Amino acid sequence: MKSLILSLFFLACFSTQSSAAVNKSVRIKGSDTMVNLAQSWAEKYMEIKPEVFLAVTGGGSGTGFSSLISGTCEIAMSSREIKEKEIALAEKRGIHPCEIKVALDGLAVVVNPQNPVGKLTMEQLAGIFTGAIRNWKELGGDDEKIVLLSREVNSGTHVYFKEHVLRRGNPQGTEEFAPSALLLSSSQAIADEIAQNQGAIGYYGMGYVCAKQKAVLVARDAKSPYEAPTIDNVISGRYPISRPLFFYLNGSPQGMLKDFIDYCLSADGQEIVVKTDFVPYKR
Amino acid sequence: MRKLKEFLIEKLILFCGLASIFFVVLIFLFLLKEGLAVFKTVTPPQFLFGKSWYPISEPPHLGILPLILGSLMVTLGAALISIPIGVACAVYIAEVAPLKIKEILKSGIELLAAIPSVVLGFIGMVTLVPWIKSIFHLPTGLTALSGAVMLAFMAMPTIVSIAEDALYSVPKTYKEGALALGATHWQAIHRVILPAASSGIMAAVMLGIGRVIGETMAVMMITGNAAVIPHSILQPVRTLTATIAAEMGEAVVGSEHYFALFAVGIVLFVISFIVNVGADLFLHKKEQ
Repeated sequence: MKSLILSLFFLACFSTQSSAAVNKSVRIKGSDTMVNLAQSWAEKYMEIKPEVFLAVTGGGSGTGFSSLISGTCEIAMSSREIKEKEIALAEKRGIHPCEIKVALDGLAVVVNPQNPVGKLTMEQLAGIFTGAIRNWKELGGDDEKIVLLSREVNSGTHVYFKEHVLRRGNPQGTEEFAPSALLLSSSQAIADEIAQNQGAIGYYGMGYVCAKQKAVLVARDAKSPYEAPTIDNVISGRYPISRPLFFYLNGSPQGMLKDFIDYCLSADGQEIVVKTDFVPYKR
Repeated sequence: MRKLKEFLIEKLILFCGLASIFFVVLIFLFLLKEGLAVFKTVTPPQFLFGKSWYPISEPPHLGILPLILGSLMVTLGAALISIPIGVACAVYIAEVAPLKIKEILKSGIELLAAIPSVVLGFIGMVTLVPWIKSIFHLPTGLTALSGAVMLAFMAMPTIVSIAEDALYSVPKTYKEGALALGATHWQAIHRVILPAASSGIMAAVMLGIGRVIGETMAVMMITGNAAVIPHSILQPVRTLTATIAAEMGEAVVGSEHYFALFAVGIVLFVISFIVNVGADLFLHKKEQ
């Protein structure tokens, strides 16, 4: 009886997999930051090539990698580089991750528009998010407790912010987000909380900033100029918190996958990057 | 031929009967197999009483004390709110309410049970959270209290409907006897009917609490998910369930983080097991 159930189960698994292959479907999964971008690419691409079906889902960069490793997606979207550990696990399962840079993103640090603080240095940011600076008073603002908002640990944005802002890019760093930081499950949840909470500070891709939040100007150090998260500043590298966005595949892209990625990197594809408020990797 | 048919049907029913136990055992074994692997990296006391949860750092800090306390605090808060209201509501429905109001109340409570938890979480996020923030002058309204209030809503239908059944099944003669001896309606309710139904009410409470401990979506949306050891109910907390739900997608299969999340699952399993066994022991003690 047991074996009967097991075999039925496997049958169900295999049948769904094989039907997916026949329809020429590609599963793209990973970074929530990139979902809108990849979705726009997929929609345009499917207009050109109606026989291909692209399914884009989010979940976080880590989710993308674990799906790539377990073979449940063809392309993993990621807003951070793959970790050594993940490569090792992938190789163990016969998957060889291949990295392709597809766009750039600037991370905006956002506060409530009512908050008088409008510019911060990287050092101050690290102080705020590690919990060393606890009151807006210390930064020249009102006497109000700072409420830290962060993404969940499955987010590439979370990892990137920790490594590049909290640890200042030092791989041996041990700084962590203050335990009191609220971990919210999406950029939208952070945006909503910022909009209604005067003491809150958070971060997310610059595409998410709207009139209900204020993006803080950021300086590399006390002597550098304060820069806004704009497309020009990210391309020129003047804005200090920007990062590349990647696609990861099993082995170098071939056939249909190569065609899709070529499209993403083409002039048309990079124009979509600009339209979805990211920064083109090629100009 | 008939015998064979009889035999097959008998075996089929036997299988169905055993299936539930079989699946529970399988799930538990799977949990154990995946979860115990975490103790290669940390010792059990470090895991259970460690004060920091940074699962993706190098090396990872896998202490779940803040998560356990977060879960307990939200559950306790929800129990404190939902038990008195739920039991009182059940008493009203079963003993006091006129027939018409009774019908309205009962269907209202069934409706409450039909609201999906994610919807409750969403409503809590846009109404309750800003409200709690402004009432208590907190830096943020995403607190254990918000979670407790929303979970109380979720536990209430379970508590009310089971407690009401228990009250209803108390023989009418008890009440009549009490009234005949000169007791007032309230005296009859709280001296005779409530004690007579206490085992059923206890079961209702336990099942309600069981629902609260296992609830994930609503708490993930409104408790803030900060893994700090809570000192008051007005602080953000991170619960065991929300941790698993939020991080399972990220955890690379076979990593310490992945095993740790399964171990968190074991802890949750053990907690709800204790709650259920507690309820069971209580029920049997009453019966004797």
